[in-house]
Amino acid sequence: MATEPATPDQALQGPAAFEEEARREGVHGVGPWRLGLRRLGRNKVALFFGFVFVLLAVVSLAAPLWADRVAHTGPDDNHLTDTVVVDGEEKNVVALDGIPIGPTWQGEFFLGADKNGRDVMVRLLYGGRNSLLIGVAAALMTTLLSIVLGLLAGFFRGRTDTAIRGFLDVVWSFPVLLLGVALGVALAAGGGLQLGPITIGGNSLLIPIFIIGLVYIPYMARPVRGQVLALREKEFVEAARAQGAGPLRLMFGEILPNLASTILVFFTLLIANAILLEAALSFLGAGVRPPNPSWGTMIDEGVDRISTAPHLTIVPGLVLVVTVLSLNVFGDGVRDALDPRAKVRLEH
Amino acid sequence: MARFVVRRLIQMVLVLFAVSILTFLIFNVIPNGDPAERMAGKVPTETQIEAIRREWGFDDNIFVQYFTTMKKVFTGDLQSYFTQLPVGEEILNRLPRTLSLAIGAAILWMFVAICFGLYSAVRAGKFADRFLTIIALIGISMPVFWIGALMNHYLGFKWGLFPNGGYVEFTEDPLDWFYHLILPWTALAILFIGFYSRVLRSNVLDTINEDYVRTARAKGLSERRIMIRHVLRNSLIPIVTLWGLDFGAVLGGGAILTEAVFDLQGVGQYTADAIGQLDVPPVLAVTLFAAFFIVVLNTIVDIVYAYLDPRIRLQ
Repeated sequence: MATEPATPDQALQGPAAFEEEARREGVHGVGPWRLGLRRLGRNKVALFFGFVFVLLAVVSLAAPLWADRVAHTGPDDNHLTDTVVVDGEEKNVVALDGIPIGPTWQGEFFLGADKNGRDVMVRLLYGGRNSLLIGVAAALMTTLLSIVLGLLAGFFRGRTDTAIRGFLDVVWSFPVLLLGVALGVALAAGGGLQLGPITIGGNSLLIPIFIIGLVYIPYMARPVRGQVLALREKEFVEAARAQGAGPLRLMFGEILPNLASTILVFFTLLIANAILLEAALSFLGAGVRPPNPSWGTMIDEGVDRISTAPHLTIVPGLVLVVTVLSLNVFGDGVRDALDPRAKVRLEH
Repeated sequence: MARFVVRRLIQMVLVLFAVSILTFLIFNVIPNGDPAERMAGKVPTETQIEAIRREWGFDDNIFVQYFTTMKKVFTGDLQSYFTQLPVGEEILNRLPRTLSLAIGAAILWMFVAICFGLYSAVRAGKFADRFLTIIALIGISMPVFWIGALMNHYLGFKWGLFPNGGYVEFTEDPLDWFYHLILPWTALAILFIGFYSRVLRSNVLDTINEDYVRTARAKGLSERRIMIRHVLRNSLIPIVTLWGLDFGAVLGGGAILTEAVFDLQGVGQYTADAIGQLDVPPVLAVTLFAAFFIVVLNTIVDIVYAYLDPRIRLQ
């Protein structure tokens, strides 16, 4: 990995390599977390990309500021018949032949306008809020459910394990995209979801969050279960059991902390994949509902007009790629620092 | 071994059964809308809706509906709600397009990923390795429909280097078929190239330290021969497994986005259109077809692993 500091003694393996590394880093007596942080701190590339992600998130959160103070327009405000002054020259926001204005590089229409004369920069920022919110919330949902399912299956084994594994197998057998699109369209067409007293509207962001959060569960729950199966046989679990600890304390107090590094690595990469899946679902009309912006819906609208206004496709796509790339590089760095031998894979 | 195979096959059937129920439920229970009303057109009369409902059996019990639908899946009598065309035939007509896309892309991504991964591993830590790693990371971070649309627009439409979408039958003109598929293959392969080259690189770096590689070197074999005959061969095993699984996934819906962008009119695009209209029969058929590929390939991989490693059988 580019994010991995090149070591001259890659030829060494097994205990010898660890000893050698430990001696060089002066790690005796230092805890694993501090060690991981120290390693991450040395990985400047990963830190840089982590910073890029935080920056993108902060800028997206500041969307209303840009909309009010700089662009003077909202994400859903049309300016079909308006004009804008660029370099002292008055121009139509949307030309008479329907071609929207390109980037003006000034406060209003900084990145141009779309087919309805909406400000692309403002939509990009608000869309970023939606895309990032969906990414983080869906990753959170996947992580929490995977931990619970993986712990239950690995700890209790037997029938619990069979039932949970059956559920995971079924979800896993669906192609991710097909299941996502099917759920998205069905839920939106049905006008939302009725869960007891809670009603979720068809336009709600909760629907893509729920879908994305669901489809990635098997990819994380399976490795978690595997680790739990191995951990539950360890001496420290036996020691806790001998002290009278019940299953809850064993699972969450003894086994869970040992999964922390795996969970952290998965979480970062899950956000990246959730953002990508949101874009794909929105592109197929099954994610975020227009006019609500997200990077995926913006690319979808842009592709229809790629021959006359390519900036509508290029701009949201580039921001999306930079965001996902920064998460992937940072996630790689976290993995190298905490758990270098972990093999994490999310896509089919 | 026989017991393991039988158990695995039973599991496979059960999973497919659950998948069919779930797909059926997603479209029949969640949308409050009545398919008969949607099918009857813009200004339907109550009697028209009633007639459609009776004809298609929408007023039957949900279990009866499920079983009649599944029976039709196996007898090939399944019909689309909207076009009324037989679903099996429609899928078969489009399958060559999806197969062309999937096979070509799979060969491309495997070949390029082996070159990238091997070269990266040989030059580990050097500039070429870092450069390739960054390229791979960018590859896995790009939405396929975005890069596909840009390729189609700039390379196809604007600069006219390639055809602007569309598909030509192989039997009609093999060269033109190839020419039309170059961009879709590339777009679909990018993600997998990024992923596979990273996996291969780490596998090769693990294998290089094995004893038998040292032995080979001690025997005085050339570095090239060691890399290809000893290291690459063993590093490829996990990749080939992934390759099988990913190929199944691409065939079963993974290519929807690529097909839509390049207007290939394959199985994926057919499904996407059907989902948009809440047309249950095609979606059910394609989902089962996709799940079948994924589950069968998985079962094969498991059985092969169990054959190679007896410990798995006892689990």
